Amino acid sequence: MGDAPKDLRDSLHQWYLKNGVDHQPKISNDSGISIKPLYTPLEQLDTVYMDKIGLPGEYPFTRGVYPLMYRSKVWTMRQYSGYATAKESNERNKYLYQQGVTGLSVAFDLPTQMGYDSDDSEIEDEVGRVGVAIDSLADMELLFKDIPLDQISTSFTINAITPIILAMYLTVGEKQGVPRAKLTGTLQNDILKEYFSRGAFIFPPRPALQMIADTFEFCSREMPKFVPVSVCGYHIRETGADAVQEIAYAFLNAMAYIDGALARGLKIDDFASRISFNFSAHMNLFEEVAKFRAARRIWARLLREHYSARDPKSWKMLFFAGTSGSTYTAQQPENNIVRGTIETLAIVLGGGQALTVNTKDEGHAIPSEKATLTALRTQQIVADESGVADTADPLGGSYYVEALTDAMEENILAVMDEIQSYGGIVKAIEEGMIQRKILQKAVETARALEKGQKIVVGVNKYVIQEEKPEGLHAWNYKQVEEQQEHLRKVKVQRNDENVTKALQQLRMTVQNGENIMPATMEAVQNYCTVGEMCSVLREVFGEFQEPTQVF
Amino acid sequence: MLEGKKTLRVLIAKPGLDGHDRGAKVMAKALMDAGMEVIYTGLHQRVETIVTAASDEDVDILGLSILSGAHLGYTRKIIAGLRQAGAQDIKVLVGGNIPAQDIPLLLEMGAENVFSGSSPQEVIDYINKFINSKDLIADGVR
Repeated sequence: MGDAPKDLRDSLHQWYLKNGVDHQPKISNDSGISIKPLYTPLEQLDTVYMDKIGLPGEYPFTRGVYPLMYRSKVWTMRQYSGYATAKESNERNKYLYQQGVTGLSVAFDLPTQMGYDSDDSEIEDEVGRVGVAIDSLADMELLFKDIPLDQISTSFTINAITPIILAMYLTVGEKQGVPRAKLTGTLQNDILKEYFSRGAFIFPPRPALQMIADTFEFCSREMPKFVPVSVCGYHIRETGADAVQEIAYAFLNAMAYIDGALARGLKIDDFASRISFNFSAHMNLFEEVAKFRAARRIWARLLREHYSARDPKSWKMLFFAGTSGSTYTAQQPENNIVRGTIETLAIVLGGGQALTVNTKDEGHAIPSEKATLTALRTQQIVADESGVADTADPLGGSYYVEALTDAMEENILAVMDEIQSYGGIVKAIEEGMIQRKILQKAVETARALEKGQKIVVGVNKYVIQEEKPEGLHAWNYKQVEEQQEHLRKVKVQRNDENVTKALQQLRMTVQNGENIMPATMEAVQNYCTVGEMCSVLREVFGEFQEPTQVF
Repeated sequence: MLEGKKTLRVLIAKPGLDGHDRGAKVMAKALMDAGMEVIYTGLHQRVETIVTAASDEDVDILGLSILSGAHLGYTRKIIAGLRQAGAQDIKVLVGGNIPAQDIPLLLEMGAENVFSGSSPQEVIDYINKFINSKDLIADGVR
C-alpha cells in the first residue's frame, strides 16, 4: 500500500532476512489466500507504529516475544493435575504425557502446600482433596516414576514451601541421572499473592521474601534452565480483581522479587529473563487480548528503563495463562467447554507461551479424566484446526485492539502508581489495603450479577432445571489411610539420627539468615517430612496473621 | 419484617486450610449492608477457635464457608463442638461448592441450611424469613 513510512519498510525487510522468514513453510487458508507470518501498518498506516507496536520478537514486544510466534513453536500444553496419592497422580501424568501434553503441572493437596503431614489429625479431612499429598522425598520419587525428567518440563503450584519442593525435584532428577542444570520447569514461588488472593501462606511476608530470594540465587547459580518464579495475576483475578488490577498487582509483586534478588547482589540480566507470569483469561476476548499485549509493553519498558536491563531477553514478558475458573459455572457444566474455547483463543491471540484449560466440572470437583481430555483437546483443536497460530499477533493493527491496548496500558500504570504512592505492595498487603480494593470489585461483580447487569448464561439467564452432574472425581478416605501407612513406613526406614541432625542444621541456617537451599536439600535427602521441616520454620519465622478488617 | 426486630449477629468462618475467601468476604459484606452485625474470622481457623468465637460472641448465625471438599468433616466437628459448649441454638449455615448429594447429609448433622452457588440476596432473604435474633426470642416475640 502506497505511503508506508520508509523506516518500517526497511526494518521489515531486515526482519524478514534476519529471521529467515522466506525459508519458512508457506501457509494458505481454505480460500487459497496465502497467510503472511506478519501483518503490519504496510496494510494499515500508523505513524507511531514502531514505537508502540513494532515487530514481534522486538522491543517493546507488544506483538509477541518471539519473531514467528506459534509458527516457530506452538505453546506448551499443560493440564493442571494432582490426585490423592503420588501413585495415582503418576499414572494420570503418564496418561496425559501419552495424550500429548508437553509439560506437566503438579497440583498439591492443601496439607502439603501449608506444611503439614498426612498423619496430622487436625487436617486429615483435607489430605489428597485438591491435589497430591507429598510428605517426603519418597512421595516425589513415586510421583515421577518412569517419567523422563530430561524430556519434560514440570510446573509446580507451590509457594510457601518452595525450597522443599525444589530440593525434592532436583534430588529425584539426580537419582534418575539428570543433572540439576539440565532440569526444566517452573516454580510458582509467588508468595505475595497468597496473602491477598490465594490464601496458602504460612510465614509472614518478610521472611517469606527472603526464602524467595534464596531460591532465585540458587536457581541462578545451579539450575539455569529452571524458572524460579511464576508471578500470578491469575489468583488475584479469581479473587475478584479486574483485568487492570490483575496485571498491576502481579507486576508490583514481581518488582518486589526483583528488588530482593538485586539486594542479594544478583545482576538484573542474570535472572530477569527467567521470571515468568501466570495470568487468567476471562470471557471478554478483546479485553483479554489487549491486556496481554499491554502487559508485554509495560514490562519491556519497566525492565529496560527502570531496571536498566541491557539484554533484550530480560525485556520479554513470557507468560502462562489459564482459562478462568470463576467464569465457569456449576450450572449446565457443558457450557464451560465453550467458555474454555473462547478463553483459550484469548490466550493464544494474546501471545501466551503455555496454557491450561480448566475442565467443565470445575464448579463441582477436581477434574475427572474424561473432562481433562476434553480440555486438552480444546487446546489441540485451537492449535491444529483453527488457523489462529498461522501468523504472529493476528489481531495486531485492529483499530479496536490497538486502542484497547493503549487504554489498558494507561490504566494498569495508574493502578501501579496508586500502590507505590501508598508505600508499596508489602505495606498495602500488611494493612489490608489491597484486600479491600479487590473485595470492592468482587462485591460490584456479585451485585451486577444479581441485578442482571452482567449476564452469565445458565446462572441469571436461560436458567433450566439442573440435571445431576455425572462422572465427577470422588475422594476416598481409603487413600488417606494408604498415604498415612506409606508415611509410617518411610519414618521406620529412615535414619533417625540423620533426621535430627538435618533438622537442627535447617534451624541454624534460617536463624543465621543463610541461604535455605543447602540445608533443605540435606533434610529432604534424609527423608525429613514436609511437616517436620515446616515446624522448624514456623518456630523460627512465626506465622502470618491475616488482617480481617477489610470491609 | 417483624416490628422491634433486633440486630442479628453473624460469625462468618473459614475452617481448615482452604484459601478461597472471595465468597466468605462477599457474603460478609452483603450481610453487613443488610444491617446485620458481622464478624469474619479470616482464613485457616481451627475447629475449636470457631466454636469458641461463636459462643463467646453469642452470635445468632454461624456461616461456614468451605470450598476444599472437606465440608462434611468440618461441619460435623463444629456442630458437635457447639453442642458441647451449650451453644446449640446458634444456627449453622454452610456455603461453598457443596455437591448435591452432600446437602441432605449436612442437614442431617444439624446444619440449618446449605447454600451452594447461591447469590448473597438469596441468603439474606432466607435469613430474614426464617431466622430471628435470639434477643427477640428472649423478649417473647416470635
